[in-house]
Amino acid sequence: MNSIPAIEQSAGRGAARASARKANRRVGGYDRRPNLLSYIILGAVVLIGLLPIYYTLVIGSSDPVAIAQKALPQLFPDASLFDNFQRVMDADAFSFWKAVWNSVLIAVVVSASTVLFSTLAGFAFAKLRFPGRRGLLVFVIATMAIPTQLGVVPLYIIMTKLGWIGHLQAVIVPALVGAFGVFWMTQYLEEALPYELIEAARVDGATMFRTFWSIALPAARPAAAMLALFTFVAQWVNFFWPSIVLNNQNPTLPLAIRLLQQNYFVDYSLIMAGVFLMTLPLLVLFAFAGRQLVAGIMAGAVKG
Amino acid sequence: MSVQSPVEPESDLAPAPRQPRRVGFSQTLSRWDVKVSPYLYISPFFILFFITGLFPILYTGYVSVHKWQLLQGQGDFVGFDNYVDVFKQKDFWLSLRNTLSIFVLSSVPQVIAAILIAAFLDQNLRAKTFWRMGVLLPYVVAPVAVGLIFGRVFADQSGLVNAWLGAIGIDPVRWHVDPLASHIAIASMVNFRWTGYNALIFLAAMQAVPRELYEAAIIDGAGRVRSFFSVTIPQIRATVVFVVITATIGGLQIFDEPRVFDSSGAGGASRQWLTTTLYLYNTGWSGQYNLGRAAAIAWILFFIILAIGMVNFAATQRIATSGGREMSRKAKRAAKRNAKRYSA
Repeated sequence: MNSIPAIEQSAGRGAARASARKANRRVGGYDRRPNLLSYIILGAVVLIGLLPIYYTLVIGSSDPVAIAQKALPQLFPDASLFDNFQRVMDADAFSFWKAVWNSVLIAVVVSASTVLFSTLAGFAFAKLRFPGRRGLLVFVIATMAIPTQLGVVPLYIIMTKLGWIGHLQAVIVPALVGAFGVFWMTQYLEEALPYELIEAARVDGATMFRTFWSIALPAARPAAAMLALFTFVAQWVNFFWPSIVLNNQNPTLPLAIRLLQQNYFVDYSLIMAGVFLMTLPLLVLFAFAGRQLVAGIMAGAVKG
Repeated sequence: MSVQSPVEPESDLAPAPRQPRRVGFSQTLSRWDVKVSPYLYISPFFILFFITGLFPILYTGYVSVHKWQLLQGQGDFVGFDNYVDVFKQKDFWLSLRNTLSIFVLSSVPQVIAAILIAAFLDQNLRAKTFWRMGVLLPYVVAPVAVGLIFGRVFADQSGLVNAWLGAIGIDPVRWHVDPLASHIAIASMVNFRWTGYNALIFLAAMQAVPRELYEAAIIDGAGRVRSFFSVTIPQIRATVVFVVITATIGGLQIFDEPRVFDSSGAGGASRQWLTTTLYLYNTGWSGQYNLGRAAAIAWILFFIILAIGMVNFAATQRIATSGGREMSRKAKRAAKRNAKRYSA
């Protein structure tokens, strides 16, 4: 390795500086460990993300009188949190467990059907040749830019005609498969599924569907899992459309928790206990599958 | 596949005659399988889209030119009366102002913060996955939950933010009264949920920047800040455009947070934080029960989103024109190469 002054003479000061850096920490700053400041800033960002959840727990453990007087009635959550959980579950305005069941059912059914239909379509778009393939794919992508509100009124009229208002199918059926899922699986299968495998299956006499089922579906598993996760989260937090077609007798969790707010006397300890109960399943999911969510966002620039 | 014959040893000396009819039939079947299957596989999306997407959109136009009440159903043809009515309503213009204000207050700081967070994440951190998951955590908190929590954090009396402001000697802000204050509160809910998510998108883009560019920048004497502005930002330009466009489509439809910002859900006593989608909801399903007018609002909102989306697209295209364009051309060429290889 040349000496630093020699480099400065032959290639200029910048090169010398780069070389000096390289000597103790490698070029580009990419391989070296960042300084403490980076950790402090990122730590602050994570803390800001955790703060509202902590606040939910604190308010959920307080009583309304204390909440009305002090911004932070107590520093730590305590056992009265569980009493408030119980009050949410016993609420008169709605059946809590029915809301939980509805939310779970919608999220599971929609995720499963989205994955199945998206993978089918993705397989066709990515690996099968057929007239109109390109145009149809562009069409699918274009539909992603259409705002959901645009069709809300007629969709509601359709649901009324079908007699589905107040029933879960009004939420489930329009969500069974979406453009994003199709696009996502197409992109993934284009790279992940070699043509040789498909040809081998075809030569062995497999039908198209058999090829899909035994070759494409297993190959699509990582992307399918991510798609299922994002769909599940999106359905779990969905509020606008369910609040149009569902009612207080048959709500999803977000609708139910919102009902807690509509009492004559707004009881924040009750609301926050409900908010936490609604968030808890996704926090658990995040603990187990947060890594996949991160990978999914970074892999595909998703927006759901 | 093999043809079974009762007499064993004979078969390979004198091969049994083929059965042309059966083979022909299965070949026809197989040809049909190849031809029809692709359409069959993409059909669920298209069928569902035509019924729950395209048809309602066109039908929205039909409903919007009729008198159409929630309970009575379809009424007379009224031409553009619903549109005129909407434009005459003070609440509509208020909702437009509120939506735009909340949108600007949420998208601009959000994109800037997300890029900065991404720049900090784009280092050789210890426990990378932990930090990435950490910034993403708010994403799993439902907007309704965020709205309810922040409704309390930004409470006018004994709210957390006002307590903090009081601690540094600032008078309490009336978050649920003052229009701009309520917009800031609602925008901060949106920012809370989406900043980390967008940071990860930017992080992915930053990691795709060729490291040699940074080396070259350093050799040219650029420091960290300089190479961030001269290398990183131009290189992730396409991603910035993408995030801004999706933020526009999402931000202009904001509903959940303003809906739960107070218990009435109507958008404030003097409609300070009534957004256009909330106005659409209130027009159709609570209060007026006027579906014809709601449909007109839907169309108007669509054109507003389209217009602002295009303005944003043009604006972000201009940001940092150098470098980025070349890269995207390169990427396009690579994509084309791949496509050719696969279709061959």
